[in-house]
Amino acid sequence: MSSAPVTDRSAEPRRTNEFDAVTHVYEPHRVGLPPIGPYIRELWRRREFAFELSRTSLRAQHFDTVMGQVWLLLNPLMLSCVYFVLVDIIRQKTGGIVFFAHLMACLFAYHFVTDSLRQAVKSVTGGGRLILNTAFPRILLPASSVLVAIRKFLPTVFVFIPVAFLASLPFGPQLLWVLPIMFLLVVLAAGLSMIVAAAQVYFRDLKTFLTYGLRVWLYGSPILYYASEVPDRYGFLLVLNPLAPLLTAWSDVLDRGVAPDPADLAFGAAWAFSLFIAGALFFISREREFAVRL
Amino acid sequence: MSSLSVSDGTPRIRVENVSVTYRTSLERAPTLKSTLMRLGRRQRMIREIQALKEVSFTVPHGKVLGVVGANGAGKSTLMRTVAGILPPSAGRVEVNGRVSTLLSLGVGFNRRLTGRENVVLGGLAAGLTRTELREKYDEIVEFAELDEFMDMPMRTYSSGMYGRLAFAVAVTMHPDILIIDEALSVGDARFRRKSFDRMRELCGEDRTILLVSHALASIEKLCDDAIWLHKGRMQMWDEPAAVVEAYTEFLGVADAEHEPDPVTMEDV
Repeated sequence: MSSAPVTDRSAEPRRTNEFDAVTHVYEPHRVGLPPIGPYIRELWRRREFAFELSRTSLRAQHFDTVMGQVWLLLNPLMLSCVYFVLVDIIRQKTGGIVFFAHLMACLFAYHFVTDSLRQAVKSVTGGGRLILNTAFPRILLPASSVLVAIRKFLPTVFVFIPVAFLASLPFGPQLLWVLPIMFLLVVLAAGLSMIVAAAQVYFRDLKTFLTYGLRVWLYGSPILYYASEVPDRYGFLLVLNPLAPLLTAWSDVLDRGVAPDPADLAFGAAWAFSLFIAGALFFISREREFAVRL
Repeated sequence: MSSLSVSDGTPRIRVENVSVTYRTSLERAPTLKSTLMRLGRRQRMIREIQALKEVSFTVPHGKVLGVVGANGAGKSTLMRTVAGILPPSAGRVEVNGRVSTLLSLGVGFNRRLTGRENVVLGGLAAGLTRTELREKYDEIVEFAELDEFMDMPMRTYSSGMYGRLAFAVAVTMHPDILIIDEALSVGDARFRRKSFDRMRELCGEDRTILLVSHALASIEKLCDDAIWLHKGRMQMWDEPAAVVEAYTEFLGVADAEHEPDPVTMEDV
């Protein structure tokens, strides 16, 4: 019944395969998930949209200009300096450049995750007209927020490299651990991004609360201190914080030059994947309602 | 060239007993704070709106269906349901083919972005590939006659320019199914002529079109069939001339001799 209708646009044979003979059936589905297979196929087919949207929003924030790039590097560098001095004063002893490198590496990783969230929280509510007028998997919107954060994170690597040299941090094959940890950070950021993006539709003041939440998260994560320095009575903070095991592993690899503790990796992965699955289920089961909620 | 194409006889759009009920919040912006403060007071800040009630119709391959109805009759909701943007609360919608929408509410353009960015983003969201977009881009710009404005933010566009670009995008996507919601009367007289001609061309082609318009003359001239929606229910499904006549009579704008009022008939 859905035999491919031959269109008069035979000059574009590829299009015929890709778009024609597509039968869309829309049925009631207020709650619950759409068929996951087709959803993921649609998502993959439109992945370019997420890339383009991230490029466009970076352009809108002027990060394609020289000064924009400089600011992207300068901002985290200055923040690291401020926190370094602050911690030095509070502790009454200097942590030295090795601590500075730890602080910087973890702050950059933390900024990557929180940048995703800050972008994502407005991704759906800010996408108003597009959502009202085009049918596409809405999950592309928070996905593009994560892409924006990745694009902002990458240049910070070039700030870190000279600091790592100055601190003569250990250089070796253990650095390859950076890749799986970064992957887990992306998974974690994506999961949380989907949650906040969908929740913002229902609670428009979430964005305000998020700012406070992220600030508290910074102090509760092993960034301004090493995870090993956390006294036992506050140990639960490290267990309850999804970011803590990943940051601990991150610092182990980059700062101490050792392979990460498998327990940290396992905890981090468990947090990241649970939040990713929870976020995706929450978002996808809600997304068809967005058009009437905006 | 349309005679060569195979019409497999199955309807392109089949809408069966579709109802759409949605809940909207009465608050301007729902917030966590107000939700928490309302807790325990059992105050419902949500109202149910029945936008469509058991609407059924089919559009065969290559036909143009006009949709008329007063403001709030559910025309736009119907268009969104067929486009797959709003899920039906009951019933079933089956659409065969690729859909391009030109809906009244701003077509998905973001005013902060440039015309070019909007065209690219909209096209990708609609499922085009980059190669296809590159091919169509020049055609779009040429049709909209906005060459020198494409790299300017769309907030600098006049509403006519905005509408022209929207129309150009929708008709250039070469969709199997085109949904147009009150967008025929954009731009100046010359562009309106051009878009009307383009519409007529599209209607003559092998394409299935849903056309919502308050310009009843366009409905009569362009459509093969028409439906009239009233308060979410389908009042009539017939020849365009018959539907337009009944609708104008209902509106009370036709005079005693059933001479249609030129104002309602025109593309205003």
